[in-house]
Amino acid sequence: MGKRRKGARGTEAKIRGEAGSIYRTILRRRKPSLSLPIRSLDNVRYNPKVGYFEIGRKRKERTLTVNTAKTFAQSLKMMSLSIDLLRGDDIATKREAYYVSKNWGDARFDEQTESDAVMDDVEALFEVNREQLGFIPEEKGGEVAGRLTVIDRDPDTGRALKIDCTRFGSGAYSIPISVEDLGFRTNASFILAIETAGMFQRLVKHNFWKKANCILVSMGGVPTRACRRFIRRLADERKIPVYAFVDGDPYGITNIYRTLKVGSGNAAHINKFFCVPQARYLGVTPQDIIEFKLKDATHPLKEVDIKRARDALSNDPFIMRELAWQQAIEQMIEMGVRVEQQAFAKHDLNYVIDVYLPKKLRNPEKFLP
Amino acid sequence: MLSIRRRVHTDAARREAGTMRKRKRRPPRAKGKAAAGGRRPGRVRTPSELGENGMDLHQEEIAYQMAVRQREISVSEFFTKNRHLLGFDNPKKALLTTVKEAVDNSLDACEDAKIIPELKIDLRQIGEDRFRVAVEDNGPGIVKAQVPKVFGKLLYGSKFHTLKQARGQQGIGISAAGMYGQLTTGQPVRITSRIGPRKPAHYFEIRIDTQKNAPEIIRDEETAWDSPHGTRVEIELEGKYQKGRQSVESYLEQVSLANPHVRILYRDPEGEGVVLPRAANVLPREPREIKPHPYGVELGVLMQMLKTTGARHLKSFLTRDFSRVGSKVAREICARAGLSETAWPSRIAREESDKLSRAINSTKIMSPPTDCLSPIGEELILAALKKQIKAVFYEATSRAPSVYRGNPFLIEVGLAWGGPAAAAGDGDEDPLASLVRFANRVPLLYQQSACAITKAVIGTNWRAYGLAQARGALPSGPLTVMVHMASVWVPFTSESKEAIAHYPEIMKEVRLGLQDVGRKLKAFLSRRARIADAEKKKAYIEKYLPHIGAALRDILALRKPQEARVVRILTRVLEKSRKMD
Repeated sequence: MGKRRKGARGTEAKIRGEAGSIYRTILRRRKPSLSLPIRSLDNVRYNPKVGYFEIGRKRKERTLTVNTAKTFAQSLKMMSLSIDLLRGDDIATKREAYYVSKNWGDARFDEQTESDAVMDDVEALFEVNREQLGFIPEEKGGEVAGRLTVIDRDPDTGRALKIDCTRFGSGAYSIPISVEDLGFRTNASFILAIETAGMFQRLVKHNFWKKANCILVSMGGVPTRACRRFIRRLADERKIPVYAFVDGDPYGITNIYRTLKVGSGNAAHINKFFCVPQARYLGVTPQDIIEFKLKDATHPLKEVDIKRARDALSNDPFIMRELAWQQAIEQMIEMGVRVEQQAFAKHDLNYVIDVYLPKKLRNPEKFLP
Repeated sequence: MLSIRRRVHTDAARREAGTMRKRKRRPPRAKGKAAAGGRRPGRVRTPSELGENGMDLHQEEIAYQMAVRQREISVSEFFTKNRHLLGFDNPKKALLTTVKEAVDNSLDACEDAKIIPELKIDLRQIGEDRFRVAVEDNGPGIVKAQVPKVFGKLLYGSKFHTLKQARGQQGIGISAAGMYGQLTTGQPVRITSRIGPRKPAHYFEIRIDTQKNAPEIIRDEETAWDSPHGTRVEIELEGKYQKGRQSVESYLEQVSLANPHVRILYRDPEGEGVVLPRAANVLPREPREIKPHPYGVELGVLMQMLKTTGARHLKSFLTRDFSRVGSKVAREICARAGLSETAWPSRIAREESDKLSRAINSTKIMSPPTDCLSPIGEELILAALKKQIKAVFYEATSRAPSVYRGNPFLIEVGLAWGGPAAAAGDGDEDPLASLVRFANRVPLLYQQSACAITKAVIGTNWRAYGLAQARGALPSGPLTVMVHMASVWVPFTSESKEAIAHYPEIMKEVRLGLQDVGRKLKAFLSRRARIADAEKKKAYIEKYLPHIGAALRDILALRKPQEARVVRILTRVLEKSRKMD
C-alpha cells in the first residue's frame, strides 16, 4: 500500500461516506439525492484574496426519481469505478472510463460527452480534481526546459528519478498528466509561461533560460489542467514568480492568461488546484506596440476579438476586479489592433531575446496583474 | 352568393310568366359585354366615322336591328353554357356530381315520405370515357305525370319556395345532370318509378329540350319492377373514374357518415361491391318548414314577396308572411317606415319597399324559431364515426341553434383521433388532419380552402389541445374532423354548393364547436400521455435501479441480501411517487 498515491485514502473515504449516506437514506425509505454545485459562470466568484475563481453557493439536488434513475445509477457506478482505480492504484483516461461503462448494461454511456459530464459531477460532488479520483485527462500537459530538476518515481521500483530539465538540448521535458507526486529542485529566479511552441523553441534554442536564470514552460494555447497544476506546485513550493508571455490579443489575455491565473469558469469547483494566482502578465501589452514600435506588425481586431474583449469587460469576474486590465483592454479596443509574440521578428529574429524580454524583465513590478 | 340566389329566384318567377328577355337572362358576368355591344350607336355619332364608312344609320333603325337578335334564352340553354356553375367542370367531377345530385334527391324524397332510405348506386363503364350511373332508392316514387317535369325541366322542384332544411334547394341538380349526360352522349335520362305495390312501375326515357326548358318524352311505358316503391334514375355521361379523394367512394362514405340512417349499396366500375351499413334505424327528426325571418330578406326578395302576397294590408303581410312578426312588431315597422298599416302591399313594392326594408332592419325582432332544424345528433355522429373510421378516441358535439342574417342554423362537430397512424408512433411525419365538411348532411368535396368551415378549423389553436399545427394550416396527426352545418338556407359561395360563405356568426359557432371537442381531445391525450409515462416509469425502474444496488454493493461491500433490499425499497418508493420527477 506504500506505493499508493497521496490522498487516495481520503478520497476513497469521501466516496464511501457519500455512498453510505445514500444507503442509509434508502433504508429510511426516502429518495436519496446528490447535492452538486452548479458549474457555470453564473455561479463563479473571483476572490482576490485567494486569487482564483471560486464556485458559488448555488447547488442542484439530484434526487433519485424515475427520470433521473439512469444518471443517478451512472453517477454511483462512476464512484464505484473511481474506488476500484484508487484501490488498485490505477488510472483511467476519460475515454477509457467511457469504454468501461460499456460493461454496465443498461446504465452504459452512449457518448463520451455523457460520461465526461457524469465524471465532472462526481468531481464537483467531492470537490477534488479528477486526477485524485483516478481519472486522467487525454490532453498533453505542456513542455518544460531550463533550471529545474523534477523528481519522479520509477513506476516499477518506486525509486526516485531525477530529471534535469537543462539537459534536453533542443528538446524539452513533457509535463505528465498527473503531477501531484512530483518533487522539484531549482534555484531559478522565475518561471516564464509561453503561449506558443514556436516562441518556446526560439528561447530554448538560444538558451535564454541560462541567461535569464529561469524555467521555460510552453503552454501551447490555453494551459491544460496538468500544466497549470505543475506551474502552481512548482511556484508554490519553490516560492518563485511566474510571468506569462502570450499574444497581445483578447484571446491571449482573457482566455489563456486568465485561465492560467484564476482558472476556468466551468471548472470552478477545482480551480483552487488548477490556477496560478501568483502569475503576472509580462506581455505583449497594447502599450508594448507603441514602445517597441510594432505598429506596422499588427493585425486589425476582428469582430470576434472585439466581442470577446467587450464580453470580458462586462462579464469576466476577474477582469471586472482589475482596473489595470480594464484600461489595457480598452486601450486595445481603441487602437483596434492585436499583436502576436512573433511580431518582434520584424526588427530582428532575436530582438525578443536581446531587447524585449531583458528590457521588460528589468521592471517586473510593471507587469499587469 | 345571395345575389345569385336572388337572380335565380326572379328567374323562377319569370319562368312562370313565360317572359324572359335576353338582357335580363344574361348572367351578371356577361353584363358588361352586353352593355358595350349595345352602345354601338354612341360610336356612330363620331363625325369622322360617319363620313368614312357612310354608315349613317338612324338611332331607331339600330334599335330595330338589335331587336331582331334579342330573344328568349331558356334556363337550360344558359346552364348548358355555364355548366361549371353546377359542378360539371370536368369529366371526373361530372361523374361525382351526377351521383351526388341523384343521391340528394333520393334522400330528400325518402325522408319526406318517412321511409328509412336504402340506396343502390351502380357505376358501369361502357366506353373509354363513358359511364352509366344508376341510382335507385326505396322512396315514395314519383307520380307518372310529374316524372318528365322533375327530370326534364330545370328549376322545377318542391324545395325552392320553402324555408326548410333540405339537401336540394333549387330544382336544378338532377335535371342538370341529365342534361350533361344528354350533351356529352346524346342519351336520354332513363327513369323507373313506382309509387306503391298496387300500382305498376313506369319506365320513362326523357330528353330535355334545351331551347324550351321542357321535357321531351321519348318513351313512356309500364314495366315490371320488383321494388314495391321507389325511383331509379339512369344517366349515361362522359366521365372519368378515379379512386381516392373526391371519388364516388369517398363521397358515399361521407354521405353515410352524415346520414347514419341510410344504407348504401355501391358497385364500382370494376364490379366490386361495397355495403355501407346503417348506424341507426331511425329517421332524423323531420325538419319543420318556417317562414322567412325579416332580417334574412333582401330588398329584391322583399319586393317580390310584396307583389305576390295574398295579404291585403301591409301589416297583415308582415305578420302573415314572416316569422317572429306579431302585430306589435308589425306596427313598429310601419311606423318607422312612415307607412300606413293598411297600405297595399303591391303599391309599396313599387314605390316604398326601400323604406320598408330599412325600417325592418332597424327594428328589433326576435330570432327565428330554431325547431326547424334537424341535427344529426351527438350520439349518431359518434356511432357513424365509430362505424367508419378506425380510431382510438371519438367525440362529438351538437351546438345549440344560432342565427345568421335571419336564417337559423346549427353546427355539429365530430372528431376521431388515432388509429393505425397513431400506433405507428413518432409525430414528425404526421399527415395533416382530414376535414370532412357537410351542409344539411351533404358532403362538400370541393373548394375546401374557400370554405368558412376550413377557415375556422385552421383558425383554431390546436396546439392548445395537444396537436401539432403549422401556421395557417390544418392540424396534423391521425385526426379526422367532421363539421356539419344544418340550416334552412346554407349560404354557399356558388351554385355548385361546394363551400360555405364566411359569415362571422357561422365561423364563430364552428369555432366554439371545435373548441368543445378539442378540449375533450386534450383531456384524452393528457390521460394517454400519463399512462405512457407510467409505463415508461416502470421500464426505467426495472432497468436502472439494479445498477444503483450493484454500485452501492461495490462501494460499501454490501452482501447480496442487502443489495436486494436496496433495490426492493427503491422500487417501492419510486413506484409510489406519481410523477416522473
